[in-house]
Amino acid sequence: MEDDFVTLTASQKRARRSRSVAIGLALFAMVVIFYVATIAKFGPAILDRAM
Amino acid sequence: MALVEKSAFDDVGMHMSEATAGDYLELLKPRVMSLVVFTAFVGMVAAPATLNPILVIIGITAIAIGAGASGALNMWYDADVDAMMSRTSKRPIPSGRIQPAEALSFGLILSVLSVMTLGVLLNWLAASLLAFTIFFYAVIYSMWLKRSTPQNIVIGGAAGAIPPVIGWAAVTGSVSVESILLFLIIFLWTPPHFWALALFKSAEYGRAGIPMMPNVAGSPSTRRQMLFYAVLTAASGVAPWLLGYSSAVYGLVAAALGLGFVYYSWKVLRMDDRDEVMKPAKALFGYSLLYLFGIFAAYLADAVVQRAFAMSGALL
Repeated sequence: MEDDFVTLTASQKRARRSRSVAIGLALFAMVVIFYVATIAKFGPAILDRAM
Repeated sequence: MALVEKSAFDDVGMHMSEATAGDYLELLKPRVMSLVVFTAFVGMVAAPATLNPILVIIGITAIAIGAGASGALNMWYDADVDAMMSRTSKRPIPSGRIQPAEALSFGLILSVLSVMTLGVLLNWLAASLLAFTIFFYAVIYSMWLKRSTPQNIVIGGAAGAIPPVIGWAAVTGSVSVESILLFLIIFLWTPPHFWALALFKSAEYGRAGIPMMPNVAGSPSTRRQMLFYAVLTAASGVAPWLLGYSSAVYGLVAAALGLGFVYYSWKVLRMDDRDEVMKPAKALFGYSLLYLFGIFAAYLADAVVQRAFAMSGALL
């Protein structure tokens, strides 16, 4: 059964880890960018809205 | 182990990727990006309006990623010719580290992401200009002009010249004469800069079948055109001062840098036709980078000083 799946080589594992870390950091950066930009663009007014 | 069945790969001739994050970063052409970041930043700072510094950083990042995305799309399309030239054969696609389809997806996703970010967080004029730049570089230049006319880098140079206009538009929401002057400086600078490289790499361009000016019109004609564009570049460099947008200090610095550019181009014109080492062309290529950095740094410094004086005057 094991033989039916792809087995990664050491360099493929290293490359995948490098890509995964980069994707994680990029996603985190995007969340921070949009959070900070929202505050910078609207200021405290972002919380001041009719319910 | 990866939870992928071997048969799924064997059927379509795929293999597990060995591309690292660094390989993807290389697809973005970081050196070109650094020039884009700098010129766009100058456009943003010199614009007659202020923007929250956080939004400035985000705007610059979006412009840089958009420029990088167009670089990735260029590398995807040009992988065949890149493989034939020593300067580009080690790029991620020709060296086999990244598959063409991966580069295409990466370029398209970053293009959409950068344009949307700039549009939503800054303004849609700047975002439209960024989208146009990506389209112009990837489609008009890479897919059409590059392989069909010796004017490829003259017309295609517009893509590299737009970043300061995007930066200006991101802050002001408009395009003005000052930003178009910054565009003109880079646009007119591109032919002597690129043709200097094309002169000493003409054999490689010839092998790859790219119709660069030295391969089509010959070295003497190219060198005359380089001098012509260098004179125009020097004139456009001092134009912001002549039109009253910058101080005399900037004008003097721009004139000195421009004279240097014309001098180096003159040396290239005087180069012997049989010269194979082409030191003058290599020197011009190096100086051209210094010129562009110098003139934009001078413009930036002048704009900052003028604004500081205006603010201190307003306080008094």
